[in-house]
Amino acid sequence: MASLDSKIPKGPVADKWTNHKSKINLVSPANKRLIDVIVVGTGLAGASASATLAELGYNVKTFCFQDSPRRAHSIAAQGGINAAKNYQGDGDSTYRLFYDTIKGGDYRSRESNVHRLAEVSTNIIDQCVAQGVPFARDYGGLLDNRSFGGVLVSRTFYAKGQTGQQLLLGAYSAMNRQIGRGKIKMFNRHEMMDLVLVDGKARGIITRNLVNGKIERHGAHAVVIASGGYGNVFFLSTNAMGSNVSAGWKIHKKGAHFANPCFTQIHPTCIPVSGDHQSKLTLMSESLRNDGRIWVPKKKEDVEAIRSGNLKAINIPEDDRDYYLERRYPAFGNLVPRDVASRAAKERCDAGFGVNKTGEAVYLDFASAINRYGKEQAHVKGLDEEDASLVKKLGQDVVRAKYGNLFQMYEKILDQNPYEMPMMIYPAVHYTMGGVWVDYNLMTSIPGCYAIGEANFSDHGANRLGASALMQGLADGYFVLPYTIGDYLSNDIRTGSIDTQLPEFEKAEASVKAQLEGFIGNKGKNSVDYYHRKLGKIMWDKCGMSRNEKGLKAAIKEIKQLREDFYKNVNVPGRINEFNEQLAKAGRVADFLELGELFAKDALERTESCGGHFREESQTPEGEALRDDKNFTFVSAWEYKGEPSKAKIHKEDLKYEEIEVKTRSYK
Amino acid sequence: MNLTLKVWRQANADAKGKMETYKIGEVSPDMSFLEMMDVLNEQLMVKGIDPIAFDHDCREGICGMCSMFINGEAHGPDRLVTTCQLHMRKFKNGDTITIEPFRAKAFPVIKDLTVDRSSFDRVQQAGGFVSVNTSGNTQDANAIPIDKHDADKAFDAATCIGCGACVATCKNASAMLFVSAKVSQYALLPQGKVEATDRVMNMVKQMDEEGFGNCTNTGACEVECPKGISLENIARMNREYLFASLKG
Amino acid sequence: MTVAASSIGKKVAMALSGLFLVLFLTQHFSINLLSIFSESSFNEVSHFMGNNPIVQFILQPILILGVLFHFSMGFILELQNSGSRSVKYASYKGSANASWMSRNMIYSGIVILSFLGLHFYDFWVPEMNYKYIEVLPLNPDRYFEELVHKFESPVRVGIYVLSFVFLALHLLHGFASSFQSVGVNNKYSKTIKYFTVAFSVVIPSGFIFIALFHHLNFF
Repeated sequence: MASLDSKIPKGPVADKWTNHKSKINLVSPANKRLIDVIVVGTGLAGASASATLAELGYNVKTFCFQDSPRRAHSIAAQGGINAAKNYQGDGDSTYRLFYDTIKGGDYRSRESNVHRLAEVSTNIIDQCVAQGVPFARDYGGLLDNRSFGGVLVSRTFYAKGQTGQQLLLGAYSAMNRQIGRGKIKMFNRHEMMDLVLVDGKARGIITRNLVNGKIERHGAHAVVIASGGYGNVFFLSTNAMGSNVSAGWKIHKKGAHFANPCFTQIHPTCIPVSGDHQSKLTLMSESLRNDGRIWVPKKKEDVEAIRSGNLKAINIPEDDRDYYLERRYPAFGNLVPRDVASRAAKERCDAGFGVNKTGEAVYLDFASAINRYGKEQAHVKGLDEEDASLVKKLGQDVVRAKYGNLFQMYEKILDQNPYEMPMMIYPAVHYTMGGVWVDYNLMTSIPGCYAIGEANFSDHGANRLGASALMQGLADGYFVLPYTIGDYLSNDIRTGSIDTQLPEFEKAEASVKAQLEGFIGNKGKNSVDYYHRKLGKIMWDKCGMSRNEKGLKAAIKEIKQLREDFYKNVNVPGRINEFNEQLAKAGRVADFLELGELFAKDALERTESCGGHFREESQTPEGEALRDDKNFTFVSAWEYKGEPSKAKIHKEDLKYEEIEVKTRSYK
Repeated sequence: MNLTLKVWRQANADAKGKMETYKIGEVSPDMSFLEMMDVLNEQLMVKGIDPIAFDHDCREGICGMCSMFINGEAHGPDRLVTTCQLHMRKFKNGDTITIEPFRAKAFPVIKDLTVDRSSFDRVQQAGGFVSVNTSGNTQDANAIPIDKHDADKAFDAATCIGCGACVATCKNASAMLFVSAKVSQYALLPQGKVEATDRVMNMVKQMDEEGFGNCTNTGACEVECPKGISLENIARMNREYLFASLKG
Repeated sequence: MTVAASSIGKKVAMALSGLFLVLFLTQHFSINLLSIFSESSFNEVSHFMGNNPIVQFILQPILILGVLFHFSMGFILELQNSGSRSVKYASYKGSANASWMSRNMIYSGIVILSFLGLHFYDFWVPEMNYKYIEVLPLNPDRYFEELVHKFESPVRVGIYVLSFVFLALHLLHGFASSFQSVGVNNKYSKTIKYFTVAFSVVIPSGFIFIALFHHLNFF
């Protein structure tokens, strides 16, 4: 496998994308009809890429494991999408978005990609509005914005707490238009089982029809992986139950490098774990930190009283509350980036100030926002600003209009009214910045195989800022990949359709079948979930918010043992040729069991702290993350060598030409 | 809590299904309904019984994949929630709970509680979009101001998650609430008005071809809809359809 | 598929024919009401309705067509609708989310249809026989007596009362629902709903009152 060539175009960073677009090879409209492209995944990246590729004239085959492309987990994104529109006139610009994203990523992302992302961000909003995405508007009829963590401007466009849903349905509608025209062939309830390489190029995939279990071959001139992130390696995360790493992991095993696997985002505001039965965690949007204040009691005795049920949060006087984010980070306060907020919560809980029975929760309090909004409303309506119950009611109405669906979700899960009592929150695994390594054209180290959206590693460095994932997914899908892929496909206009009878397809299919038969024939004693939960616990305890050498080494060993036990003792009921959820899950967990080990290996290798990756060995005296720019300003891209422990590291050095690398401070 | 569950079991689309009864113990009131189903499946597998197939994914009420008909109601007795957001505290120790798939001719059963809702996709493919290319070369997003009330109503309609509870609960298995939500979203926005005529005609045509029943305004869909999509949307679609057919 | 055959087309047709029948019902009620105030005015109006060529040869056929259409469409829709769910639910809690009236329009409709059969047998068939088959001489004063005569039997009055109870149930859902079907759902919808309730209670009880009035007067 060739070593890393990121193919970053020459020239000033602001001109790279424009110049690159005008210089790359194109495929003529007549020839596009002769070219097939496979897209795996229908989240924001996959759906938007499918739609644009089909519009351009390619024959697109799109796959998703859900029953409809609209179910992809992008749908669950709540808060918003960033764009450097500067509609609020608060000093935003492409450069500022670029800068914020690089800084937010703790200087571990590729400048050229991030600048391109910031450039196309404004197009996304224009595009989505043209498609009929109902963003929030103000009374003048223009688009409204809010603010997110780690930035000092309001550039986040939103649709209540359902921005991801609205954007995904927009992309889904664009896809539907092309499905109706016959340009996209949609395969629902199909899982990608393997990538097929012919002469070293990606030429197709093997899939399993999840309804009847049939193994199928699909040929194409290029394969695009848009299958999202791998947060479910932790078992408990805010990801959907079906979210998995398999597509990305299969291409990794076929030669695609896997970059920065240890860069995981732990989101600070999620509903805390309630018991062993829990199957997933629920996010409470970061947008809540616009109005919510995070605190724990100052006094240990108050903590004890709360845990034993003798004291209620609302009865603790102001002076006895520790608004620790406001205390530690006065400039950004409650809106520090996610990694910082999560670690701060963990620090307080580890110090014994956690406010629920498990000791792993902090308060997110809306009382002062409700009071502030209430007074504002009373003033506007000419009512009595001193009438406390009136002010409270008016304020609650404002909060309800802004975050109603989130508050309702909270109440349903915890059976507590967050309008009256502060919410309890705790960090949870949310997003993975790491992923398949790609070059500037979003191509992986396998020719003809691309990775977009959360599935790739490219834009968020070691920490992603809020409302940037939606931006990246749509940027990659609508505006980047469909153009850069032409550069590669221009060499394929004479190839003709891909023959799925080739021995390469046959071999890939045989190995997929062998794995499935292995699972079914195993007749072990433990369920698939048994292993997934165990893996999740190892990951959370030893590769979670805080990592150290000893823990990581133990994790590597334990995951390896768990994997061996899995193959020996897993029990998968049913048959291959039928609808079999357990079988599908077994394949996914098998891949997590390999990825988990590489994850720990990567975390062990990176002895610095940066972004979401916190190595206890590398911190300032105040407990802030301490980067080691001299030794670690690179992307670690791992090459598969038979098993995770043997993976070989390739380093892509990160060069900062536009932005001066500084210590990230939100004080 | 100890519960008795009566669950629809059907091996595949062609098999004849029937209700089976299972006992389950140690259910915590904090569990979600689907977590209770996970526990049941673990217990069934230990006994060598095929686990119950059911659709689910995000488990936070937004993907629209979960789809159970619980005690005679779509997504169970609670309001404004999907099955995954229904919690066991809504039930009592000793209860018997009936669990069936969403039933409609247009939603054939795949296995057990899993149904095929691709008819919904086909209705969307018939016209649930604005015909604008995704080149990004459109006008500035703020070029057309939109009345906040219209924008909010369009948003409310657009929050439909496509779960099919409206169809499942309607005594006629009609898909009007689902289809009208999309028609309304676009009819309320200037971007969608351009092709409103074709859209409503094509979507209704596809809806009818899929074999959904006719709407008789019982209003059950609105009550059971986890997102509270309003019947107003159905009236709007009727209106749009009438005007569109007069226009020809 | 033509517009008329589409599900919305049929729904609108149901609504419009229903609203038309509501109009007819109001008119029928006003004439019946006359019978408790004045025998002569009742006879006069009945004679006019029974012999005016516009009423007889234009309005009456339209009405009959309207009735036939509304009923046959109702049955067609019911058949289609019950076919749209081939396997029925083991447990279906319709009462949790919709009114009894809205779920049982077909049954209230069937009761009304049966009643109409009786009503035709009672009034319309003799009328047609009188006027067009036996061609008996005109008698502008016979209507009141015929009316009163029909309300002699307590069984018939019982059936009559029961039928109008079902008519009330049918109207309670049907009237307001027709507005939704033709696309009216706005700030006036609440008013329409209140009006529906008033109308569905007042008109059928009025019919019942008239029947009882004549029945009791007889003795």
